[in-house]
Amino acid sequence: MTKKQEIEHYVAPYDEGVSFDELPDSEPTGRFRLSWSGWLGASIVAFWVFIAIFGPALAPLGENDLPFPDDYSEFQSPREGAWLGTDVSDRDILSRLMYGAGRTIGIAFAATVLAYFIGVILGIGAAISSPRVDMVVSRINDAFLSLPTIMLGLVVVAAVGSSIPVLIVTAGVIYATVVFRLARALGQEIMVMDFVEAAKVRGEGRWWIITREIWPNAAMPLLTDFGLRLIYVILFISSLSFLGLGVQPPQSDWGSMVRENLGALSYGQSVIPVLAPALAIATLTVAINLVVDDISAHSGGKLSKRL
Amino acid sequence: MTQLILKRLGIGLVTVLAVSLIIFFGTKILPGDAAQIRLGQSATPENVAAFRARLGLDQPYIVQYLAWLKNFIQGDLGTSLASDVPISSLIADRYHNTVIVSLLTAAIGVPISLGLGILAAMYPGTVYDRFLTLISVSLVAAPEFFTATLLVIFFVFVLDIGNAIVVGSTEGKGLFELIDHFALPITTLCFVIASQLIRMSRAAVLNVMSSPYIEMAILKGVSRRRIIFRHALLNAIGPIVNVVALNLAYLVTGVIVVEVYFGYNGLATLIVQGVQTRDYVLIQGLGMIFCLTYVILMLIADIAAYASNARLRHPK
Amino acid sequence: MAAAKKSAKKTAKKATAKKAVASKAAKKNTATKAKASAAKTSATKSKRNMDDVVFEARDLRIHAIRDDGSELPIVKGVDFKVRRGEVVALIGESGSGKTTISLSALGYCKPGLQFAGGEALLMGENVIGKTTEELRESRGEKVAYLAQSAAATFNPSILINEQVTEAPVLHGTKTQEEADAKALQLYKALELPDPENIGSRYPHQVSGGQLQRLMAAMALCGEPDLLVLDEPTTALDVTTQIEVLKAFKGVIKEEGAAAIYVTHDLAVVAQIADHIVVLYNGEIKEAGPVDTIINSPQHPYTKRLMAAIKPLPEAGQGDGSSDDYLKDAPVLEVKDIDAGYGKSSDGKPKVMVLKDVNVAIERGKTVGIIGESGCGKSTLARVFAGLLPPSEGEIMLDGQGLAPDLKDRSREELKKIQFVYQMADTALNPRQQIKDILGRPVEFYSGLSGKQRRDRVNELLEMVELPLAFADRYPHELSGGQKQRVNLARALAADPEVVLCDEVTSALDTIVGANVIELLKGLRKKTGVSYVFISHDLSTVASFADEIVVLYAGRVAEQGPTDQVLSPPYHPYTRLLVSSVPEARVGWLEDTMARQESTAGIAGQVQLTEVGCPFFERCPLAIKGTCDTTNPPQRVDKNKHVIECHRELSELGG
Ligand SMILES: Nc1ncnc2c1ncn2[C@@H]1O[C@H](COP(=O)(O)OP(=O)(O)OP(=O)(O)O)[C@@H](O)[C@H]1O
Ligand code: SF4
Ligand SMILES: [Mg+2]
Repeated sequence: MTKKQEIEHYVAPYDEGVSFDELPDSEPTGRFRLSWSGWLGASIVAFWVFIAIFGPALAPLGENDLPFPDDYSEFQSPREGAWLGTDVSDRDILSRLMYGAGRTIGIAFAATVLAYFIGVILGIGAAISSPRVDMVVSRINDAFLSLPTIMLGLVVVAAVGSSIPVLIVTAGVIYATVVFRLARALGQEIMVMDFVEAAKVRGEGRWWIITREIWPNAAMPLLTDFGLRLIYVILFISSLSFLGLGVQPPQSDWGSMVRENLGALSYGQSVIPVLAPALAIATLTVAINLVVDDISAHSGGKLSKRL
Repeated sequence: MTQLILKRLGIGLVTVLAVSLIIFFGTKILPGDAAQIRLGQSATPENVAAFRARLGLDQPYIVQYLAWLKNFIQGDLGTSLASDVPISSLIADRYHNTVIVSLLTAAIGVPISLGLGILAAMYPGTVYDRFLTLISVSLVAAPEFFTATLLVIFFVFVLDIGNAIVVGSTEGKGLFELIDHFALPITTLCFVIASQLIRMSRAAVLNVMSSPYIEMAILKGVSRRRIIFRHALLNAIGPIVNVVALNLAYLVTGVIVVEVYFGYNGLATLIVQGVQTRDYVLIQGLGMIFCLTYVILMLIADIAAYASNARLRHPK
Repeated sequence: MAAAKKSAKKTAKKATAKKAVASKAAKKNTATKAKASAAKTSATKSKRNMDDVVFEARDLRIHAIRDDGSELPIVKGVDFKVRRGEVVALIGESGSGKTTISLSALGYCKPGLQFAGGEALLMGENVIGKTTEELRESRGEKVAYLAQSAAATFNPSILINEQVTEAPVLHGTKTQEEADAKALQLYKALELPDPENIGSRYPHQVSGGQLQRLMAAMALCGEPDLLVLDEPTTALDVTTQIEVLKAFKGVIKEEGAAAIYVTHDLAVVAQIADHIVVLYNGEIKEAGPVDTIINSPQHPYTKRLMAAIKPLPEAGQGDGSSDDYLKDAPVLEVKDIDAGYGKSSDGKPKVMVLKDVNVAIERGKTVGIIGESGCGKSTLARVFAGLLPPSEGEIMLDGQGLAPDLKDRSREELKKIQFVYQMADTALNPRQQIKDILGRPVEFYSGLSGKQRRDRVNELLEMVELPLAFADRYPHELSGGQKQRVNLARALAADPEVVLCDEVTSALDTIVGANVIELLKGLRKKTGVSYVFISHDLSTVASFADEIVVLYAGRVAEQGPTDQVLSPPYHPYTRLLVSSVPEARVGWLEDTMARQESTAGIAGQVQLTEVGCPFFERCPLAIKGTCDTTNPPQRVDKNKHVIECHRELSELGG
């Protein structure tokens, strides 16, 4: 055998069943599936979203209506006409819960969307811009990040007072810092991948690289993180309201309901006025967490947990 | 290594400066100014102007900022606008409760949670592990006042021990009396940090446990205990200390909510009052103290991560 | 009874521990000591019965558990024996179940796998089905494991010595002092530098090749009866591999242990094994003594494995590429390039990686770039591609100056130079279908769209011999070899004049890689495209390139037409590279060690030097006082064959 033939020879196939060369890395996959805990979470979230949208229309009474105008005692126990009893001002807790759902969820959702809008644009922007710009923007962001979120909230509320738009913008900007960090890290991680470099070597413009190469790969992890961020924003808004610095009377959300009715506990009268809104928040956030956990366990969205 | 720490300290210092800028100018966008607030709506413009001059409010912002920063460093936090009392004496009256509750929470909650988390990582997939994971996944997303409510229902309404609010003074109390006094706030906060700590310490240990060098240790016939305590923990300790510091920093929010919930006086309730009365001098002073604590804890977290990394401790 | 046997064995072991087994190196230096130790070794060996079976697999079956709970057979009934003093090699392609079988000797299955039947008898005892606790006794003492990547298997936070001595000390077969003494003796036997102190370093403080040998010390410290070695040299450069192989072989023989050696490389097997077991798809295809298998393979699969051994890099095997496409000016050329990373204050790079490099690529020809890891091969490719503008020198395209930074190059210029990445996994966007991955450059460079674009994509798929249906797939739905083909097709989509191939076959199995090379050759003939082919594998380059550039520490050590580079006169470094490529011949290792002035040693941190020859430290022909103080002159052999060395061509075997 000459050298040449030898080389030719090793290309000859050996067929016995499938060659391992033909086996792909992974089977073609469909969309992610949810496990039972994921479904449970998703149904609870769906339930609350439904209440948030249609709550005011379905509520038995208005937000500030009194179910028993003749009876002036506070914290009445549940009975017909007020299935969850009455609160500190003798109002129907069930109806108030249904009104509050829209505010708690709506404000948090709007704030999270805002946070993503700002955070993703700046984060990916920083990842692809020159190191100097990136450093300046990141340092500023780090300074904000190194403040406890609640402190930032307090400072803003002290300065401009509290209202729903203020809450949305405040929470949005505060949480944009976290999203910024995630989006920047993701962007950087993807930026150094060879396929991005390949696009650069091809001569592609910056816009193409962002929209076609980076974004499709960043979208999924960001989506998972959206759920997580939503939880933190709900907790943030609720805590502010609980401290009396969030949604202001006569409007209310779940956090402020807990605050109003704290007296029911300290005087040992009833637990429902405090428990009901607290439980509402807890079921919502825990349910979102179940879905997020499930999705990130089944898909590549683990990055957000790492950060 | 030393260089890295110095660099990190430098960044910490810059952060503190940035934080002070945010807090100072954040409170400056306040409509109406301190003099107006202090003197009330009825004051004449001349009076307000005179008062402004006395407070130095007619100076350029940057001069005001530098003066404020200098005073803060010297321990002078200014005078409350709402009550005309020096901020430092307001703090002196109140700080015990906050400090006691935070320290006790850390002392009790951290070791227990770490123990539980590491135990779960030692026996992954068992009933114990799954139960603990479920509990912590649920608690991690629940607000502090929900946990507090559950505890109140259980201890006050069901068992009928204790009180739904914390009353009385802490003066002259010993350690166990203090724990008893603040039993509910401390337990609430322990739950809050535990859910995070259990999850994260479990993840940190499990992460290390799945590395090839642990597989190698198994194949060398090293005992389970030694694998955990010598091979795994040594590498997990950086991430764990990091997690502890981060969670203690997170306590800042928890402490505020808990003080309001259980209705006792502390620094947190003081700052909430400050916000309600728009006492921005108070907010500036207290805000700086809270943020400093937070920044220092973050700093410790990072330094712990460096210190536990053999590559950084022993460069080539 | 069993206990008595055990304690007897322990005493025997203790006795061995005290006796120093000197290294081969020590033998050379101090003959008397070596003789004494050799005598002792043979005495120990005779105590152990040479005939007894250390390990036996009987109808061993192992299944993988899929996500949906169903089982997939991975090992389908395997029988073989390992006798004392014997090295049995398990050989096969990736996916043939080699590692899985070898781990069964430790009673261990990787997560996701489980034993499904048969027996694995270690010293007559079945280890399958035992609990970890029960296995603890034998692991590290009767049987020890050496993993593929030492870097990952050493605990980064524990001193090396503690990890090396851990097993015997924990099992109580040695005191810490005895274990330390044994470790020191092994460090010496394995020819590790500074054996007294190397144990008190952390794993990241020693080089890859050294760590690989330290892992051997870790496995041998407990004096196991059976060693399991999983591809221990695959990740190493050839020059390092030869040192590690030599050390392993010596130590295994001297300790009188048995070993299971897992690899896909028959040439390595020929050096170290006594018996060979050929695996395919979880089944044994052929087994027998090493001579028989190597010299007269019976089973067609073994024959194919034999045929897949790359011929040695020698002159005269290049695939004479045609001169039809030649023009006056080379298609791509770099002149006196200096390049590096980072920027220091004087505008020069912080880390210099390349110095004074000249390469010209003719139309339709292939330039091979070769050198050990870290010598700057990829960096040179990045300079060509415009990703790393050089700090000195110029780049020419078709005889015209070309902007050093790709941002300043026109689309027409970009089109002419295409880059193919080593890792197809990261080079293809996981969120794009193959038709978009290929379609985009088609559209971008030639403005085709709609049906024309589709046709061109199909044409490209055909060109790289992939089914047209693949157009609708995502990258993760392809195998490694298929992905590499897409990766190549993307470069071809631009209709380039030069394709820069950075280690395109290194991540692939031998046979799959060979197919890719064939493809490259066919395309070269058909389209007249030129290649810059970067590889650390001299055999592949020799079979394919028209010209070879040998890089060492960022300098060109030797360059010229393939046949001349691969025949004397050699640059000392080229000679080392050529002679380190293992031959599939029993006894090659010994012959080479005898012939070669083996002081060449292992590449440490290769550094670009300001003055003198960078190869000085390792060069057997080095002239002290000259080579380390003055830059070597360029010596021109025949047409365009250049060697940079202080030695005369005649001294270099010319
Ligand atoms: N981005 C970078 N910054 C700094 N130094 C780098 C960078 N990339 C590579 N180097 C250094 O430049 C030298 C040459 O690297 P290069 O990647 O060109 O080597 P190579 O010959 O391709 O090695 P391999 O065979 O391992 O791929 C190495 O010492 C490497 O550590
Ligand atoms: S110049 Fe000297 S050291 Fe360098 S390769 Fe030639 S002989 Fe060896
Ligand atoms: Mg390379």
